[in-house]
Parts: sequence; structure tokens; C-alpha cells
Amino acid sequence: MYTSNDNGYPERWDVLVIGAGNAGLCAAITAAEAGCSVLVLEAAPRDMRGGNTRHTRNLRAMHEEPTDVLTDAYSFEEYFEDLMRVTRGVTNKELAGLTLEKSAELTSWLGERGVRFQPALSGTLNLGRTNAFFLGGGRALLNSLCRHAEGLGVALHYDTEVADILIDDGFCEGVRLAGGETVPAKKVITTAGGFEANLDWLAEGWGEAAKNFLVRGTPWNTGTVLKSLLDQGVKPVGALDQCHAVAIDARAPKYDGGIASRIDGVPFGIVLNRDAERFYDEGEDFWPKRYAIWGRLVAGQPDQIGYAILDSVGVSRFMPSVFTPIRDDSIEGLADQLGLDPAAARAAVDRFNAACPEGPIDQSVLDGKATSGLSPEKTNWAAPIAVPPYYGFPLRPGITFTYMGVEVNESAQILMADGKPSANLYAAGEIMAGNVLGQGYLAGIGMTIGAVFGRIAGADAARSLNR
Amino acid sequence: MDDVSLIKLASTPAHEETARIMQICNACRYCEGFCAVFPAMERRRLFDVGDTAQLANLCHHCGACYHACQYAPPHEFAVNVPLTLAERRAETWAEFAWPGPLSGLFERNGLALVMIITAALALAVGLMLAMISPQLFWGVHIGEGAFYVLMPHTVMAGIPMAITGFTIVAFIIGWRRYWRGTGARWGGWPAFADAMSATATMRNLGGDNSGDGAGCPGPDDRNSLARRHYHHATFYGFMLCFASTSTGTIYHYLLGREAPYGYLELPVVLGTVGGIMLCVGTAGLWREKRRMEPAVRPLAKLGMDYAFIWVLFWVSATGLVLLALRETSFMGLTLAIHLGLVYGFFLVLPYSKFVHGLYRFAALLADAGEARRSAM
Repeated sequence: MYTSNDNGYPERWDVLVIGAGNAGLCAAITAAEAGCSVLVLEAAPRDMRGGNTRHTRNLRAMHEEPTDVLTDAYSFEEYFEDLMRVTRGVTNKELAGLTLEKSAELTSWLGERGVRFQPALSGTLNLGRTNAFFLGGGRALLNSLCRHAEGLGVALHYDTEVADILIDDGFCEGVRLAGGETVPAKKVITTAGGFEANLDWLAEGWGEAAKNFLVRGTPWNTGTVLKSLLDQGVKPVGALDQCHAVAIDARAPKYDGGIASRIDGVPFGIVLNRDAERFYDEGEDFWPKRYAIWGRLVAGQPDQIGYAILDSVGVSRFMPSVFTPIRDDSIEGLADQLGLDPAAARAAVDRFNAACPEGPIDQSVLDGKATSGLSPEKTNWAAPIAVPPYYGFPLRPGITFTYMGVEVNESAQILMADGKPSANLYAAGEIMAGNVLGQGYLAGIGMTIGAVFGRIAGADAARSLNR
Repeated sequence: MDDVSLIKLASTPAHEETARIMQICNACRYCEGFCAVFPAMERRRLFDVGDTAQLANLCHHCGACYHACQYAPPHEFAVNVPLTLAERRAETWAEFAWPGPLSGLFERNGLALVMIITAALALAVGLMLAMISPQLFWGVHIGEGAFYVLMPHTVMAGIPMAITGFTIVAFIIGWRRYWRGTGARWGGWPAFADAMSATATMRNLGGDNSGDGAGCPGPDDRNSLARRHYHHATFYGFMLCFASTSTGTIYHYLLGREAPYGYLELPVVLGTVGGIMLCVGTAGLWREKRRMEPAVRPLAKLGMDYAFIWVLFWVSATGLVLLALRETSFMGLTLAIHLGLVYGFFLVLPYSKFVHGLYRFAALLADAGEARRSAM
């Protein structure tokens, strides 16, 4: 049904794109604008299309002067420094430079294709200088790009999972669908995402602990395409156990919880493990700089669970969360509701309270209000948990995305084990983001990598077809 | 306008659902650029009955946030902001309405009831006129005072004026109930100017806060500014008709000149342009309403919307027909139908979709004050 002439489809598609997320749509649109016949295969149903793009909300873009959607300036040098800092140098500097350079065109390129951005200087997060925000978020971006792609004649098929990439000596013949059908294509661009929704695969890196992870991202990122590529000798990039994991509400859905499952209260209370013991400095740094390590921290605790405990003062200091905190007039009562030993929890809170300094905390700065005599200490914003009612949030590691992927060159061509690029197989988006973002996290750069390499892949595929 | 004595609104399933959804939205906030609802939500942490009433009445029901929502069904969070707010909104109108019991009646059976009422009135007026004197009813009347041969001006104008008096009382009570029920506070004249501008431009309908939005999404999530434009036609057309009636009243009482007036005289020009705009606007709104994404249409409440659009269209259309036929023997018949519809329109005003204007403005006014206070 994907190659029949009945619906005007070609016998062999010029370009076949796997995945209808940001990267896939940018690739499809670029190739279609160059005159290629383009088929996009999306594993999810239409309502859930677009992989993790559905859960995103901005992209990080370099710019020399203020634009309609970005304030001030964000130079190449500053952007590059930010990237080096978070990745600690684990990046392909050429590809990183290319990404940053090309990021400057993205907002206008997307804007011309129907994507709307929030005006600069609006919005809750203070990222208006470095990041351009999609009006309505990632799903609105997907709606615009899908509509634009369809307008260009791109064929978009949902509920269509690709099971295998058919590679013969570095040359891709096409793909085989989960249903068994083979779809031949001249160029294949895979933008099928990572494998964060595949808990069995995660367990290979994390052990049984992975079974207790929640997946914040799309349930359709099962890594089937990535596995097919790696099994056929494509060069991998990134480590198996590297993933972006934050501490999220344990009551969040197993899959697809997205942004709203986030908990921002950690710095304003304490976090206990299953045995009612603290295990890390909750006030080490501002939350936006620390939230991404807490998934790993909780994952390292027994049963992969933690409990943030706050009093009624602390609970008013951060953005509300999607689940109402568990509440009680006494620490013992709260512990009981959370499933902690009440006496042990009481003792942990008492020890913490006794170690807190005098005076009010100031959450707008690293206020140095540190405990003394605890192990571990809380080094900022240490205020006694003393004003009832008390509140508790159960925490689990929530995986957003994985880093292991396929290595590509500056044309987005996938490299084979011998380091040579495949003639007609490309990758863009999360499946190759590890080339640029080897570890760490920089808000909005995933979308930037996806759009930049999607466009590169689409353009290179079209160019080599002489379209 | 500060009211200390707040009214506690009833808690309902639609309120509970609104509060549940707003808690999810408040942890996400991706939609904050769409309209006034989301910044207003961000100023709150808890959603009491008054808060959900305010947010529901701020919502212009464009549907953009539904199409953008990562948590919309089939996601297990099942977030559907436009539908939930529409249900909550209709419920608050019923609660604010005076006398209360009448509102529920229209909410449930809006379209059928309005059709029956207006048709019955048109028939009653027609029969009455015809029975008084068939010769006059089917006669041709030309020149000043021609309409009043059939029905004295005092009766013709007195009926709607009496109904309007009742309507004004109902609206004042409704406004006060809204203001006290939502805990709204007067935000000063700059806030009033903000609310007026939001009303005049409809910037919250299918746009974004910057006012140059791409419009309301249809079922295919394709955006269109059609609804805003049809609403402008309806709103400004209505205003022109109001101006036409007002100038007519001035002609009648101050200048001592009786209708019908010449085609190029002010009351007729205003009424003709306004009437055409109303016909185009209401027909367009009807079409847009039917084209709306099915998932966000509050099916149980739509009758009220359709009824209002329907009666407004036919009031305008019959007014234009009357203008065309006023010098023929059909003047009596068209006048009777037109008057029946006009009287029906005024009669159901406080329980029809018309009240959306009242409460939407109240919500915009309260919101503008809130926004200014929080920016300080």
C-alpha cells in the first residue's frame, strides 16, 4: 500500500523518512521542496504523532541581535561555551559548530512553514534570550509542520512501525515494516528517536532498577530502528547507560507524562529514601541546574524511590505540580501515608531541623544557609521543616531521552563500522543527538539538533538525487 | 465596584473537572501565549469555584489549546480545556441568571424554544393585525407614519421597551452575581480600557496575546480568522442597528418625523448596513460553529448558541425584507413577522447566548485589573 500506483505513489520513493517528529518533518519538507517524492512513516497514531517533539516547547538559537522571538544576542562563542560546559567536551566539535551556526536560521525557516513562536519577552521561563518558544508548544509545531508537509505532497502514514532497515554492504535498499511489508526507497532518513521507552534495553545498562523508571517521553521510542542499525554494523555513539533522567512524581503515568510530571520542590525541603534517610545535598545549586541529576540520584537508591518532604512554607516556594502533594498535620502521619517508617522519618526531620541555621532563607540567591553536622549537609536554603501541615511528594527517576545513537558526518550520513558514510542512509534528531550532546543537557538544544540535521539530511538526499 | 460580600458558587462536576485540568495546565503552561485564560491561570495556585467561573468566562472557545495539547485524549490525563470551560461557562450563566429557573429552560432546549416563541409571536402579531382590519393589513401604505397605520408607535416601541426594562434589571443582577461570585475587583480605568480593547479587537479569539494570531483551528487543526471576522460583523452590525434605532428615536421625538424614512436617511442607512453585516456575521458564525472540532463542542449546550444566532439572523433578514417590501401590500405581513422576531429576541435576551457578552466583558474587566495588579 506504500508503493502502489493506485494512490499515485511511486514504485520507489525518492526519500523515505522514519518518524514524524521535528527532525523527520524538517527532512521531509526540505526534500519535498527540492522536488523529491517523500514518504513519512510514523509509528504512533495521528493524535500521538511526532515522538518526543510533542513534549518539547522551545529551541535554542544563536543570534547576533534581537529578533521578533529572541531578546538581546546569543553569540556563537557563548553558545559553544555553554555546550562545552554541559557536555564536558564530550561532543564532536565540527558537528557542534555546524549545529550552532545553522541554528541561526531556524526560527525564520520554521516560521515561513507555519510554525508560530511566542513573542520575545513573554513567558514564564527566563529563557527568552537563548531559546525561542513555540506558541502552544511542540504539538502545535507538529501540527504546523505536518500540514505544511502534506501541502507539499508528502505522504504521511501513521500507525506504521518500521521493524528493520534493509542494508546491504553500506547501501540501504529500503525498510521492512512491522507488518512484514517491504518499502523500497532511494534514500532513507531515520529520525526514529531513542530507546527510552524500551525498559528491557535500558536494563542492559541499568540492571533491574530500570524496571522502576518512569518514561516521561513518548511510548513509541522503543529503539527498534536504532537496534536494527547497530545490529548491522553501524557505528554507535554515546554510552548505553547515558540518559536524561529527572526526579518526577512517582504517581505520574508510566509513559508520556511529559513536562507536567516535574517536581520543583526539592531545594525547599529534604529528600528521604525508602529507609527515611537523606542521601544528597538538596540545596547544592539552583534547581534548573540540578534537576537533571536527581533522576540518577533516585535511581541509585533502594527500590528507586525518594520522598520530598516540605512544610507549608516550603511548599509555597515553587511552581505547582500536577499531582496534589500528600498532606498531613504531623510528620509521622505524613510518613505513614507515604509508606515510610514514622519514627525514622520523624528522627530524620528532627536531625535536619536541629542542624538548620537561624534566620530566613533567600531563594533568589545561593544564600549559603547551610546545615552543620549532617551527612550529607544541605548547603543552601536550609530552613526547618516546622510549620504544619506537612507535604510529601514521592519521587521516581523519569527518563526523557537516551544518548546512545548512531554516528553521522556533517551531511547527516550514517557512518558504518569502518568509519565510511553510507551512500544513502541518513539520521537526524534524537537518534544521532549524542554526536553533539554526548552528555549533560542544554535546554532546547535537542530541537535545534533535530531541525538542523533534519534539514541537512533532506537537502543532501535531494542533492545526491539531483533534485 | 469592590464587593466585600462574596457569593459562594455551587461546586459541580464541571467545576471539579475544570479544577483538575487547570492543575495539570498550571504544571505545563505551554499554552500561555494563546489567550488570557492561561496567564490568569498562572496567577492562581488553587482553583476554587469562583476561579473556575472566571477562567471559563474568559475563554473564547477557539479550540487552539486543544489541538496544541500534549495531554489531550487519548492521553490518560484527558485534558480538554475548551470543552470543559464551555460546560463550566454555561453552568455559571445559569447560576448567575435571574430569575434562575428560566435559564435552565433555555440552556436545555434553546433552539426549539426560541423558534417556537418567535414563530408564535410573529403569528400572534400577524393574526392580531389581520383581524383588526384585513384591508389595512393587506393594503399599500406609503409615506410618513405608514407603519403606524397598522400598529400605533407607542405600542410598537412600548413592548420592547418594557421587555428591555426587565432585561436591564436581569443584567444588573447577573453582573453583580458574577462580580461577587468570582471575587472580582475593579482594576481602575486603565484596566477598563484594556477590557474595552480586548472586546473591540477580539484578540483572544483564535489569536494569541499579540493579537495577530492565525485564528481558530477547524477540525483539521487548520487555522482561520473567519470566526473573529464573522463575530466582528455580528458585533458591529448589531451596534449599527442599535445606532439606527437610536437615531430613529431622535427623528421621531426630537425632529417630529415619523418612520418610514428615506433609503438614504441615517436610520435606514445604519440599519441596512448593520442588518447586512448581521446576516453575514450570524450565517458565518453558524457555519463556523458547525465546522468546529467535534471534540471541543459542548453538544448539550449548543442549542443556546444556535438559538441566539438563528433569531439574530432572522431578525436582521426580515428587517431587510421589510425594507424591500415596505411599499407593497406585503408590508403588513413582513412587519408582523419582523416584529414577532424582534419581540422574541428581546424576551429571551437574558437567557440566551446574548449574556456571553455581559459575562465575557465582566471576565475581561476583572482579568485586566488582575493582570495590572500582578504586574506592579
